[in-house]
Amino acid sequence: METTDKIVKMLEAILLFAAVVGIILFLASRVRGKKGDKAVAALFLLPTAVMVLVGLVYPGARTIYESLFDAAGSTFIGLDNYQTIFTSSDQLTVLRNTVLWVVVTPFVATAIGLLYAILIDKARIEAFAKALIFLPMAISFVGASIIWKFVYEFRPEQGDIKQIGLLNQVMIWLGFSPHQWLINSPGNTFFLIIIMIWIQAGFAMTVLSAAIKAIPEDIVEAARLDGVKAIGMFRFVTVPSIRPALIVVLTTIGIGTLKVFDIVRTVTGGQFDTSVIANEFYSQSFRSDNQGLGAALAVMLFLLVIPIVVYNIRQLRSAEAR
Amino acid sequence: MTTAGAALPMTTTPTIAALETASGKAKKRLTSRWASLAAAVIALLWTIPTFGLAISSIRPERQIKTTGWWTFFSDPQVTLDNYRTVLSSEGSTGLGAYFVNSFIIVIPSVLIPISLAALAAYAFAWIEFRGRNLLFVIVFALQIVPIQVTLIPLLTLYVKAGLAGTFWSIWISHSIFALPLAIFLLHNFMREIPKELVEAARMDGAGHVQIFFKVLLPLLTPALAAIGIFQFLWVWNDLLVALTFAGGGNSVAPLTKALADLSGTRGNAYHLLTAGAFVSIIVPIAVFLSLQRYFVRGLLAGGLKG
Repeated sequence: METTDKIVKMLEAILLFAAVVGIILFLASRVRGKKGDKAVAALFLLPTAVMVLVGLVYPGARTIYESLFDAAGSTFIGLDNYQTIFTSSDQLTVLRNTVLWVVVTPFVATAIGLLYAILIDKARIEAFAKALIFLPMAISFVGASIIWKFVYEFRPEQGDIKQIGLLNQVMIWLGFSPHQWLINSPGNTFFLIIIMIWIQAGFAMTVLSAAIKAIPEDIVEAARLDGVKAIGMFRFVTVPSIRPALIVVLTTIGIGTLKVFDIVRTVTGGQFDTSVIANEFYSQSFRSDNQGLGAALAVMLFLLVIPIVVYNIRQLRSAEAR
Repeated sequence: MTTAGAALPMTTTPTIAALETASGKAKKRLTSRWASLAAAVIALLWTIPTFGLAISSIRPERQIKTTGWWTFFSDPQVTLDNYRTVLSSEGSTGLGAYFVNSFIIVIPSVLIPISLAALAAYAFAWIEFRGRNLLFVIVFALQIVPIQVTLIPLLTLYVKAGLAGTFWSIWISHSIFALPLAIFLLHNFMREIPKELVEAARMDGAGHVQIFFKVLLPLLTPALAAIGIFQFLWVWNDLLVALTFAGGGNSVAPLTKALADLSGTRGNAYHLLTAGAFVSIIVPIAVFLSLQRYFVRGLLAGGLKG
């Protein structure tokens, strides 16, 4: 397809959409009065209702239903797919990796973000320093994965061959031999997790920095007059004051990490025991054609997200109530 | 977003009270020297990988494959060939068509859900009708559905409707996935607008459509911008939706899919990977830098998506 064809197609779609919205607005502007209110509400909600029902509610229910069927999706097998997730050794590795991701990423990314936010607080070049850490947030997971794959690149140590990956070159400069970072499990999962930490630390830093700046100055001043030193200030003033923000950051990164797919797929493709639930869902559904297991993995993801989201929302609520 | 905004107001701090003694100042300078060093180390660790990629992308193919990017400083050889190859639409190596696809995908995928969400949010915020709260809670709850749960049934529907492998399947999917969060955020913004403004307009005989356009829309511009930027970055950077619905070849698939494939099948085509990745990165970074203040406001809220 030519570029101009594509642009024409896009403009057609936008015009069609504008026409639909135009009709809705026209009809809504014709009705008045109390009865009219109901009609306007119905008109405004109709497109959303159709899309959400067809695109979220029905597919969600359908996937839950299909998770009770076998690979071909024809024979009912009850909870066998879920049993597979918790018993087969491949799937247990997937679960272990997912737990590693979800436990390590939020805490390390938040710790680095918090440290950096405190270090650069009130610095002259604060805005610039923040942008440096924050930029990875704007990069796609695929882009970040390529950047880091390049850092981890390994060349065998023989003859004239030079390392082209930075990490192995640093190893050589320090007098060690180069290492295949992405091959050996479970260490390789940590090298993948570093990529996610690299992306998420900027998010943590930005939110926590804002929270730190919102700590009332008189509290800080009172503590200082009481002779509280830097570390005490951190423990007894900063952390308690920004606790709601900390929890929101931890849970938000946790949710994002649970669904991590792009990094694993781009860097290792789930090989060398690095797969996680979201990647395994894709492999089972589209590669291994095991529909039932794929559906069960998607439902697992759903179930695991719920408690974190509920906790996240409750924290946001209580923070709001303050 | 309101929730986020209220929890974490982006305020600026007043200047520190001038209570510090001379010794305190000296000590502060000392600790701040260590602090600066630590901050500099983190900043370096966070920028060097991207910097290395940028340097590599302008080195000749042979150089990239045989020496590290840091040799560029002792032996600087610059070429734009990688970019020329990557941006051309011809041949199997060119990513030009994918680059175009990314733009074709992202524009409707931002416009459609935000317009629809604005209408729905208005109905939830300013029109009284039975079942309003229940419906709103349902929309709110739908935010947590991971898109993985919906992909295969959606794909089946697209195949039946003859939309599989077209831009339509991607536009519709991104729009659907964006709606719950966008409605929730816009509803919160709309509720913040003083009731008197809306009621005064109603007294003057304005209908809902007029109120929506004349009273609310001008006040909502920052919110719409924040959500729009977020959706732009989300769609531009998406891989999963593209992999599932875009099909093979370069007729519909975006840059992220092309890069992921390139990284998998030709893992050592670093001259294409570096330039290609840099092209894909430069667009969201430009968007982010030019609209940073909106982006940061929308940050917390956007984290729940996906």
